[in-house]
Amino acid sequence: MKTLTIENLRVTIADQEIVRGLSLAVPRGEVHAIMGPNGSGKSTLAKVLAGHPDYQVTAGSVTMDGENLLELEPDERARKGIFLAFQYPSEVPGVTIANFLRAAVQSRLPEGEELEATDYYAKLYEKMELLGMDRAFTSRAVNEGFSGGEKKRTEILQLAMLEPKYAILDETDSGLDIDALKTVAHGVNSLRGPDIGILLITHYQRILNYIVPDDVHVMVQGRIVRSGGKELALELEERGYDWAREAAGEMALTR
Amino acid sequence: MSLVAHDEVNQAGSILSGPAVLRDFPDWFREQQREAWKQFESLPSPTRKDQLWRFSNVDLLDLSPFKFGGAQSDDVRDAILEQSRGLDEVAARLIFAGDQLIERDVISEQLKKRGVIFQPLERAMVEHVDLFRKHFMSQPAVLGSAKFAALHKALVSSGTFLYVPRGVEIELPIEIFHWLHDENASVFPHLLLVTDELAKVTVVEHFRSLDRHGEKEQPAGFACGVNDLIAGPGAKITYVCAQTWGENVRALQMNTTTVDHDASAMSLNLHLGAKYSRFESLSRLIGEGGRSDLLAVSVADGTQEFDARTLQDHVSPHTASDLLYKNALDDRARCTFGGLIRVEPHAHFTDAYQKVRNLLLSDDSEANSMPGLEILADNVRCTHGATSGQVDEEELFYLRSRGIPVPVAQRLIVTGFLNEVIQRLDQPAIAAHLHRLIENKFAQFRNGNSKGKARTNLLPDY
Repeated sequence: MKTLTIENLRVTIADQEIVRGLSLAVPRGEVHAIMGPNGSGKSTLAKVLAGHPDYQVTAGSVTMDGENLLELEPDERARKGIFLAFQYPSEVPGVTIANFLRAAVQSRLPEGEELEATDYYAKLYEKMELLGMDRAFTSRAVNEGFSGGEKKRTEILQLAMLEPKYAILDETDSGLDIDALKTVAHGVNSLRGPDIGILLITHYQRILNYIVPDDVHVMVQGRIVRSGGKELALELEERGYDWAREAAGEMALTR
Repeated sequence: MSLVAHDEVNQAGSILSGPAVLRDFPDWFREQQREAWKQFESLPSPTRKDQLWRFSNVDLLDLSPFKFGGAQSDDVRDAILEQSRGLDEVAARLIFAGDQLIERDVISEQLKKRGVIFQPLERAMVEHVDLFRKHFMSQPAVLGSAKFAALHKALVSSGTFLYVPRGVEIELPIEIFHWLHDENASVFPHLLLVTDELAKVTVVEHFRSLDRHGEKEQPAGFACGVNDLIAGPGAKITYVCAQTWGENVRALQMNTTTVDHDASAMSLNLHLGAKYSRFESLSRLIGEGGRSDLLAVSVADGTQEFDARTLQDHVSPHTASDLLYKNALDDRARCTFGGLIRVEPHAHFTDAYQKVRNLLLSDDSEANSMPGLEILADNVRCTHGATSGQVDEEELFYLRSRGIPVPVAQRLIVTGFLNEVIQRLDQPAIAAHLHRLIENKFAQFRNGNSKGKARTNLLPDY
């Protein structure tokens, strides 16, 4: 089965263990949500999957459709089908969205093959329309002076253009007003399908009203402490993260 | 388009033997050259102890190997003409090889009728004596290269004279090429641009070495150029220099820009080539409401050295100047910047800015910046600052997370960094050309340097 599989993953940064034995499987065609309080290690998990050099994997494995992901460079992972929508995407001064995405799309073509510019722009404009973005946006420098909503929309635009096998959305809902949230959710929903697995990381249940997950996992202190269907998100919303923390405590005790 | 007859003067002697006697120049000009030669001989060579040569590798300025350019063979000339590709659309064009005019596309009859003069220097000094003598090297070189300015004055044998009369606007840019092609050859490129009231013009100068395919060692050469830009009242001039000399060339370029009231001058100097390239730029704001934008971009790698010295001289009140220099340095390259904003007494209400940014791509590259202010008037607004930094790791990771390999990601980041300067030109066709030159530089293969091995087809268009 085509799955992004994380097994017993342990991650440290500056000698501090942030992810502590996490296991999770996201099959293609499904949307899994990870919910958790601040500091639970959600963003660390996202960055580790994308290959951020600051984090050290000390144990466990991550495989994508059976292939070991951890031994690949960040750009190799991306070309093979991993995509991370950043919580705080970087600014790239002086590089336009059109040129940035063009370099990204071009990097996926076999050596010696040139990107067909007309097709590229046709696709770019189509995806922008889907996300309610003005065409003039393509000539702005990546994330430079963007509002929070514009940044998140740009992340989803990239997701739409690069068509990954697995997408990790790190707090894509944070900082969005309800209209922007709906637009972004609409964009993500239109990309759902049998060829893509989505891992949706969030602090709040709100986005799950718009992007309905197949499974929900609760992450506390670097581990998944509960998993369930979409109703788990509502339960968590009702009972609060303390309830989840208690569950984590129980887990620690039963170890 | 017309081919220009070969110049019969074929000197192969050392440039240190002094001005040519065979040249058919007016007596007053020859006399001026002899005077300049004396001055060159009497002035001391610069040393690093001079503040204006601090951090400069003055040892690279040994002139003894360099000879006067000779006439080129037909093959070489054909190759130069073949490689003289710059902008697609221009108002006129001159091509100099070894200081000899080898081709020209003249300005339209219409512009000629309106009084525009676009001529080789040696004709202008005969046909427009008064205008020529009034403006030719009328300002002393105050930024360190007085000796080399004297050398230029003594040995200059051709160049460009461009006069744009009152109210005439030339829409398309005027393009000039200067080529070096022989081993140890020297050139003394000259541009004298004079604009009258409310005139408007853009000039693009290309400085290039003939690409000798298959030859390992690029020939050594010496370029010692002067450009004087004079913006009359309300005039608007744009000057772009695209310097891509070969890797064994030593180059000096001395610029004076004079801005009269309500005029504006914008210059952008792109430095990519040469072993050592020094650029001195003096902006004189002599009339109220004048504005000068000083822009420069350089990409230095290997052991290249770029050396920039500037003076923003505010003589009149209500004048503005804005300097933005950006350098990207790799390998063991070095960049030096020494710049002064001077606000003279009575030059109240001056707005003057100076910003230098260095992007260090390797641990061994080195950037030295010496910004300075000298304010002798009240009510002025001046800021200056110089910073050096490396590529932001988070930014690099962001690009990599999109599948972009490291060398391409770095190039994109550097290109973006430099783009802020090039965009200020607000001339898309010229900007596109400059971006192509920068991309070519990145694509060049260097021994022992992995960045040249990267795929080049990943680069975007501008």
